[in-house]
Amino acid sequence: MEALGLLLHGFHVLLTFKILSLMMVGLVLGIFVGVLPGLGGPNGVAILLPLTFTMDPTSAIVMLSCIYWGALFGGAITSILFNIPGEAWSVATTFDGYPMAQQGRAAEALTAAFTSSFIGSLVAVLLITFLAPGIASFALRFGPPEFFAVYFLTFCSFVGLGKEEKHKTLISMSLGLLIAGIGMDTVSAQLRMTFGWSELYRGVNFLVAVIGLFGISEILLTMEERLALRGHAARISLRVVFKVWREMPRYWMTLLRSSAIGCWLGITPGGAIAASFMGYNLAKRFSKDKEGFGKGRIEGVFAPETAAHASGTAALLPMLALGIPGSGTAAILLGGLMVWGLNPGPLLFVEHKDFVWGLIASMYLGNVVGLVIVLSTVPIFAAVLRVPFAAIAPMIVVSCAVGAYAIQNAMFDIWLMLGFGVIGYVFKKIGIPLAPFTLALVLGNRAEDSFRLSMIGAGGDMSVFWSNGLVGSITTLALVLLFWPLIAAGWGRLTGSPAKA
Amino acid sequence: MPEANNEIVVDDPQAPADDSPALAGDRKVEIVTSLLLLAFAALMAFDNWRIGMGWAPDGPRAGYFPFYLSVILGAASLYGLVACLVRRAREDKTFVTRDQFRRVLQVFVPTCLFCLATQWLGIYVASLLLVAGFMRFVGRIAWWKSLLTSCVFTLAMFITFDVAFDVIMPKGPLEALFGH
Repeated sequence: MEALGLLLHGFHVLLTFKILSLMMVGLVLGIFVGVLPGLGGPNGVAILLPLTFTMDPTSAIVMLSCIYWGALFGGAITSILFNIPGEAWSVATTFDGYPMAQQGRAAEALTAAFTSSFIGSLVAVLLITFLAPGIASFALRFGPPEFFAVYFLTFCSFVGLGKEEKHKTLISMSLGLLIAGIGMDTVSAQLRMTFGWSELYRGVNFLVAVIGLFGISEILLTMEERLALRGHAARISLRVVFKVWREMPRYWMTLLRSSAIGCWLGITPGGAIAASFMGYNLAKRFSKDKEGFGKGRIEGVFAPETAAHASGTAALLPMLALGIPGSGTAAILLGGLMVWGLNPGPLLFVEHKDFVWGLIASMYLGNVVGLVIVLSTVPIFAAVLRVPFAAIAPMIVVSCAVGAYAIQNAMFDIWLMLGFGVIGYVFKKIGIPLAPFTLALVLGNRAEDSFRLSMIGAGGDMSVFWSNGLVGSITTLALVLLFWPLIAAGWGRLTGSPAKA
Repeated sequence: MPEANNEIVVDDPQAPADDSPALAGDRKVEIVTSLLLLAFAALMAFDNWRIGMGWAPDGPRAGYFPFYLSVILGAASLYGLVACLVRRAREDKTFVTRDQFRRVLQVFVPTCLFCLATQWLGIYVASLLLVAGFMRFVGRIAWWKSLLTSCVFTLAMFITFDVAFDVIMPKGPLEALFGH
């Protein structure tokens, strides 16, 4: 088992005082970010990214990924205690979590949520540990056509499988790719789409756009809501923790099912949100006591939390192995990789062993430590919600501006961030999804480069994308996914059953 | 369990009223957005056509990839525009009510002012002003609390970024006075 040896090496990299303390800081900041209204996983990571600019890549990724685990844990606190999902993927947790809190079983619900999140991500990390190195070494044989085919597959699956209206996904994706292309063309060194604007010569930075799209727009959206809240304070005693843990093995089927769903949806761009709902619905369908769901069944907390966490973690698998993020947050971590001077892709496993295995080891350790921290500090974090939003909002704005400026030391970027904030606000309200935009923005240049390199290699012959079995099947799969709604409808008509597209 | 009675309640006295009149419908905003996207696509298409969207002897030119993307963007926005125009106005949902829009402006305008102030005064002074001003005038929080919070926050930011992590931030006359 080569992976085990490398994993041990990863732990070895991790066990220094500096990295361990950064890990704690990251987790605590992450839980804050998850609890606070108007902040969530992706924007929290984006805003706090500048803190890591002067660190070495390993410390940086450990801290950032811990912020992410923390945010995943934190989302559950507000869903259960206040019926306010801090994150979209915690919505399903409120269905049974909040009723449990109302019945005075808040501590039980919280323990259930944290423990099942922990199990979900553990399953996903195991998957990463044993699967990612294999995929990466397989992908080492990829040339530009194969890479372009994989990028193409990612984009097509968003359009074909996304729940949003197709033209809106297409708008979001092509806009992202276009904006990614602004500035100096990497192949011919020609300036394009800059209209003589010198600030645009180096292009629109991905992270600046993300901070605006997620950070600023979220503040605007939060202000629209009624910010009053009413909830329960909770303290978790060891007795409750052990009680829940003793009950847990009875629900092994639910946990296993949700982990599998989460892993699958995390790797494909389905995302944690879809995973949590699917986990919840399946648990309900297979349960003997369907009526009890929604009234405070502990299973209804286990299922969505396991799935959401598994999917959030599994989203890092394609990012590590192929350089293709499986979620918005993974896309931001990928943006971070580039800032720290690493080149994402399968070569990471060969060239930066310390980095990759340090990160994987930190997923294990971060989740264990995170579990202990949330279980012991819930009352503190629940009290954070007493802080008026009028005090939090300007602080978030300042942090966003600091983050946007620090990336390239450019005042122009702060204005750009503001512009993207408005775009994000409008897009979210009229239902244009932001995830394809983010993905397109971070992958745009590399997708174009691989396309042009394949064209140069093949002398402009498009058939290079079907030149061998591997690239041909990826490209064909991509086209099938792109036209999936049409195919599904056609199939439905052929077999006579009504289509459900 | 005794904890259950231990309630946390936070009130929002200036919350937007539920019956506040609609300022704009989704349909109107979608039409405007589609038009803007269409214009953006046309602009981008033009620029890429200008620098060459065809093939050079060694492969596609710089404008090739983005040109076709702007065509896709244009087509998708056009589809969205037509779909919006065809859809009946009666089924329209509210995009934003008057009260909601006022609240959005309450945070958006100070944010713009903050960005302007950053340009002239540096980010730390601007942040001090934004946090204190926002808490006082929008949140109606007592002066001393607002000032204290903003001072502590700004100082914490300064120590984190400037001292501990060495990240360079825009500075203004005040920092120059202290020789930073």
